[in-house]
Amino acid sequence: MSTFIIRGGTVVHAANSERADVLVRDGRIIEVGIKLDGTAATEIDASGCLVGPAFVDLHAHLREPGNEAAETIESGARAGAVGGYGAVVAMPNTTPTIDSAAVVGYVYERARHAVIDVAVAGAITIGREGKNLAPMAEMAALGVRLFTDDGNGVQHGGVMRRALRYSSALGVRLAQHCEMDDLAGSGVMNDGPLAARLGLAGRSALAEEIMVMRDIEFVRASGGRLHFLHLSTRRSVELVVAAKADGLDVTCEVAPHHFTLSEDRCASFDPVFKVHPPLRSMADVEGLRLAVARGDIDAVATDHAPHTPESKDGTFDEAPPGMLGLETAAALTWGAVNGDAHAFFNVLSRRPARVAQLRAGELGVRRIAHGGDVAPGEDASLVIFDPSDSWTVNRHALQSRALNTPFHDMVMTGRVRGTVVGEPVWLNGEFR
Amino acid sequence: MRQSIRGGDLISLADVSRDAIVEVLDVAESFVEVNQRSIKKVPTLKGRVVASLFYEESTRTRLSFETAAKRLSADVLSLAVASSSVKKGESLRDTISTITALGIDAVVMRHMASGAPWQVSRVVPSIRVINAGDGQHQHPTQGLLDAFTIRQVLAERAGTRGSETGSELFHGLRILIVGDIRHSRVARSDIAAYLALGASVTVCAPPTLLPTEVSSWGVEVATDFESALAQADVVGLLRLQVERGSGGFVPSLREFTSLYGLTAEREQLLQPHALVMHPGPMNRGVEIDSSVADGSHAVIERQVANGVPVRMAVLYLTVAGGEGDL
Ligand SMILES: [Zn+2]
Repeated sequence: MSTFIIRGGTVVHAANSERADVLVRDGRIIEVGIKLDGTAATEIDASGCLVGPAFVDLHAHLREPGNEAAETIESGARAGAVGGYGAVVAMPNTTPTIDSAAVVGYVYERARHAVIDVAVAGAITIGREGKNLAPMAEMAALGVRLFTDDGNGVQHGGVMRRALRYSSALGVRLAQHCEMDDLAGSGVMNDGPLAARLGLAGRSALAEEIMVMRDIEFVRASGGRLHFLHLSTRRSVELVVAAKADGLDVTCEVAPHHFTLSEDRCASFDPVFKVHPPLRSMADVEGLRLAVARGDIDAVATDHAPHTPESKDGTFDEAPPGMLGLETAAALTWGAVNGDAHAFFNVLSRRPARVAQLRAGELGVRRIAHGGDVAPGEDASLVIFDPSDSWTVNRHALQSRALNTPFHDMVMTGRVRGTVVGEPVWLNGEFR
Repeated sequence: MRQSIRGGDLISLADVSRDAIVEVLDVAESFVEVNQRSIKKVPTLKGRVVASLFYEESTRTRLSFETAAKRLSADVLSLAVASSSVKKGESLRDTISTITALGIDAVVMRHMASGAPWQVSRVVPSIRVINAGDGQHQHPTQGLLDAFTIRQVLAERAGTRGSETGSELFHGLRILIVGDIRHSRVARSDIAAYLALGASVTVCAPPTLLPTEVSSWGVEVATDFESALAQADVVGLLRLQVERGSGGFVPSLREFTSLYGLTAEREQLLQPHALVMHPGPMNRGVEIDSSVADGSHAVIERQVANGVPVRMAVLYLTVAGGEGDL
């Protein structure tokens, strides 16, 4: 373990920020203050940068086991480090599905040497088939705190209601991919006049909103904790905000692509813009941006979904849904919060860490706690973010094995200069 | 908006201008004359290779394109993908690289997925791509030949040649399109062409078969089919896929016919000069009665006959860039 000092940055706390240095020793923050003595410490220059808790992604598809050609835990974790993430939650829609202690154990084994912390989400139902409950207690005992059938929503109302009841005794949270299959049908882009002109089948916003409404009522009636994954419409966010006001334990996330790109991109018929839920109307994009800036949402989560070039090469109808997100989320979120550094770290670090219960230290294969204050005694989960660095996304330069970023060639403002998970893992363009 | 399709692709009529469409119609007119000669072949595309790539079989459209290419002296490579093993397992990109290796100049393609021709043109920008129908999106040569047929008939009645009239005959023309517009690529291309040429277009269908917010396309939506028929100068019918007429979108074909079929009784409502069109293949007795399809208003056979000269015009303009003798 090493000693290092992050010098000259603006340290962003929950309520205020200060120009200060941060001294870290053996994975712990030792001191935060002006002109700290750096004798025997490695110096890290953070001038012009924000220093805050490393980001936490609630929603990353790391594809291992089963689709290592698209991504591995190792490559996905590197992408996370470059994106400023100290921890990511790996989604369970792998092959096999993460629906038992055995598979959780396998993923832990693979994640042990990843450059950042990897937490694991388990499936709600066996094989994500939406029928029989997966052994959530068995997985929870290994440290799993989020459960989801993501990729699928749990369609059957009775199953979802029982899952919420069952999980309510385990201290865990369920996470729902909200789309009713019977309403989404075979749709490949947002339902509306543009889909109609392009002759592409639509996935209606109602498919999402009706499941949000349904599940809110289940929580109201049966208890349980529920997280709504990648909400893509203004109305969905309004529903969750209202449910919170009613005192329900519900949380939600939005993905950067949903508050950055509108359905208009689909007019190119380029499958890189195909994602579920789909890119929505400009009104929804603007509504979500506002929700991020206002703090109506708990987390910006990437829904990082690598696909091999071959599989994304087909027609818009055939191509699998999903896009890369880990390495572009911070800059896009910075663009949405209008320079509010507190909102920035709230949605990227503090609140997602609470949703995924990563505030506690070591659990599973995690080394440290995440989402804490930048204060003495806290684990050193830190990110150094340069808010004025301008760069152009190059899909070939990403850490991810896949190329399917919808932001290729786009100019971004704001870039991660360093990521610290106990120790610096990514600094000034290099892995340590 | 493209002002001409010369030297470019033809994938959609939504992005070509009135002038570009009129140019195709004018060139097609001269090819009608070529087709009336005893030797129907011109050397325009001699030495060029045109591949037809049909992922969805449509013998009529494929033969129409291949005949057009042959009459322009092109070498034609017919790849009936729909019935071959290529369909499963090989991606669009692999197929395209294969045919690119064969050294083709143009590909005429039909695909069940909307947007497939875009994918091809992105992969092989040097090859001209002509869309012969993609999913529910576009069927541009059908839109062009429908517009050509309307202009041809109206010009004949006015005792002139279509090419003397530009787009004039479309101004104020009332065109009614009836039936399964939601799932029809023909409707999308027809509407784009007719609107570009200055016609006014009305659509009429059960609400489940209308595209979402279709009025944003610049068309009127008629709720009273019979009064819309009585006002139309042209009535364009569309094929209703049997599976869509059996409960999913309308309760039954019989109910569709009783509400939206062009029956012999409804034919009586038409103005004497009104034209009845259908892109084929027809479901006689469903969207159109047999007697109407064979009756005096129908110009359906002309549509079929105009397929070859219009597709010759498209190949001539896109592949030869409009250069060379006709
Ligand atoms: Zn999902």
